[in-house]
Amino acid sequence: MEKNMTEETAAQTDASTPIMTARGVDVFYGKKQAIKNVSLDIPENQITALIGPSGCGKSTFLRCFNRMNDTIDSCRVTGDIQFAGQDIYAPKVDVVALRSRIGMVFQKANPFPKSIFDNVAYGPKIHGLSKSKDHLEDIVITSLRRAGLYDEVSDRLDEPGTSLSGGQQQRLCIARAIAVDPQIILMDEPCSALDPIATAIIENLMDSMKEKYTIVIVTHSMQQAARVSQQTAFFHLGELVESGETESIFTNPEQERTQNYISGRIG
Amino acid sequence: MPDYILTTSPQMAKRHARHSRFQWYGRLAIAISISFMLLMFTAIFARGTGAFQKTMIAVDVEFTESVIDPKGTRVEMDLKQGNYKPLILSGLQQVVTGATERKDRNRLYKLVSGGAVFDLGERVAAKPDMIGTTQRVWIAASSEVDLYIKGKVDPESDEAVRRLKDQDIAWVKLLQEDGRVKRKFNRVFFTSGDSRAPEMAGILSAALGSFFSLLVCFLIAFPLGILTAVYLEEYAKKNRLTNLIEVNINNLAAVPSIVFGLLGLAVFLNFFNLPRSTPLVGGMVLALMTLPTIIIASRSILRSIPQTTRDAAMGLGASKTQTTFHHVVPLAMPGMLTGTILGMARALGETAPLLMIGMVAFIVDVPKGVTDVATSLPVQIFLWADSPEKGFVELTSAAIMVLLVFLILMNLFAVYLRRRLERRW
Repeated sequence: MEKNMTEETAAQTDASTPIMTARGVDVFYGKKQAIKNVSLDIPENQITALIGPSGCGKSTFLRCFNRMNDTIDSCRVTGDIQFAGQDIYAPKVDVVALRSRIGMVFQKANPFPKSIFDNVAYGPKIHGLSKSKDHLEDIVITSLRRAGLYDEVSDRLDEPGTSLSGGQQQRLCIARAIAVDPQIILMDEPCSALDPIATAIIENLMDSMKEKYTIVIVTHSMQQAARVSQQTAFFHLGELVESGETESIFTNPEQERTQNYISGRIG
Repeated sequence: MPDYILTTSPQMAKRHARHSRFQWYGRLAIAISISFMLLMFTAIFARGTGAFQKTMIAVDVEFTESVIDPKGTRVEMDLKQGNYKPLILSGLQQVVTGATERKDRNRLYKLVSGGAVFDLGERVAAKPDMIGTTQRVWIAASSEVDLYIKGKVDPESDEAVRRLKDQDIAWVKLLQEDGRVKRKFNRVFFTSGDSRAPEMAGILSAALGSFFSLLVCFLIAFPLGILTAVYLEEYAKKNRLTNLIEVNINNLAAVPSIVFGLLGLAVFLNFFNLPRSTPLVGGMVLALMTLPTIIIASRSILRSIPQTTRDAAMGLGASKTQTTFHHVVPLAMPGMLTGTILGMARALGETAPLLMIGMVAFIVDVPKGVTDVATSLPVQIFLWADSPEKGFVELTSAAIMVLLVFLILMNLFAVYLRRRLERRW
């Protein structure tokens, strides 16, 4: 019975095949419910933006996709989340393998206190992706290129990652995520601590990245969602209020709450 | 325009007064503690510095073969145990010509240290060519003479209350006039073990005992403490059991150290039959005592490592153990080492638990390993402070100075490690 219900409420976002699907997802922190029965499809090779006011649960929902919520003791996730047709919360799933397919970039740039090179090389190293030292170097340079950082740091790869500027650090984190060759990259407000110029660089970068990767981005900035995403999902008080193509959400929202948020009356 | 910022209202004046009053309380408190510290240090220095110097008396010793080695074997043992007393005495008598009576001769000989004969034996054994020649040898003076030369015996005081009589002082003056009395660096203090005679006593055996104990303590407490802290902080689920363990660890940190000594006595000595009075057992007891400190310090350091670091590694697909040992522990290591060193510094100054396991014995030999009987610096200080001979007073202070130097060095090392290993994130 529950299954029927979730299928009914599933938001059909796009015609293209969804690479991730969430059905009837509930998330609890202790007794407090942070996400209420959310169903959403993430289409492949597109940018999906999760928007909503602070505390609406959009970050919590994002962290379900690579099971980062597992690290929080009191957090409990129920419902069905599938990645490429497989339930990621199934008991047999190897979280380590899952996270190598679904990378993550965090709100605050968090490079390791290591050199720029080692930051990017760490992922391939632990997953055994490189066959030789040269190959590893290849991966690092390619990843830095894709993250649009290589030209700025090519002569100082051995300097600490923390010596870079905020925007560069965030791109380093993107390069680090790319280096593991994931299919999906989750971004949790990646530009919230950056100035407009650094933000613009990262937005352009995301646009070029979507050919190779599927991106899910959480942002509190509606303008950013409108600029970069093809799909938008609006969260409010732990519920998914509305989802669909970005253009229609912003120009012609179906729900009143969406309308209110977009026009600045709530949030 | 009303004047807002220049005039001071009564409330403002009150607030300022409170502000400056509080500052003065703080300054007063600091001044009081610093003056007490200075008082302590000056007292220790004033008493202790004398011990680093020692009075020596030059004696022309005729190394007569018939006395030292009558059989002419030149065997090392025989040379060491030769009868050097008459040689020293006749050397002294060349200067102090008046002392010929048996009673006087005995008193005269008491001007030099009882250990002088062993000293000569060592020298002759090292260089047997000396036999048959006459050499001027600097011999350690007795503790009483030493104190007199350092001005700690008042020659005007009542003769009955001092061990150095007027006659002795007159002899010492004779020797002084002849340029045969000199103060030299007290090497013995740093190179030998305890002795009943203050001028022969040194701290090497106690210092090495402390060193070996701390070594054992470190080897046990550091890995155990770090692993416990890492497990509790990074792996263990927060439930009632871990809560209970945490409360108990905190309580253990406050248990009086002598209780750990009793535990060591009951478990290590009586149950496991480990050797008594050894740095091995001492170190084990100190490790038990230091463990809670290390665990608590390490846990608070681990807790201060930002969650973003763990997120970064986990988000890349690092396993829990990879996250912990590639990222969290390296970042926490300087802090954990600092905590460990500070805990060990406390262990270095610990006396009570060592008394319980018998590290309080009178130890002359210098320990060569963790299973040799030994004592430790604070216990040595305790033993010397308890000795009636006046010469031990300055030795006690000198040993305290050595202990303080060790403590300061360890703390500086902790600071250095923190500076060296700390990376910003």
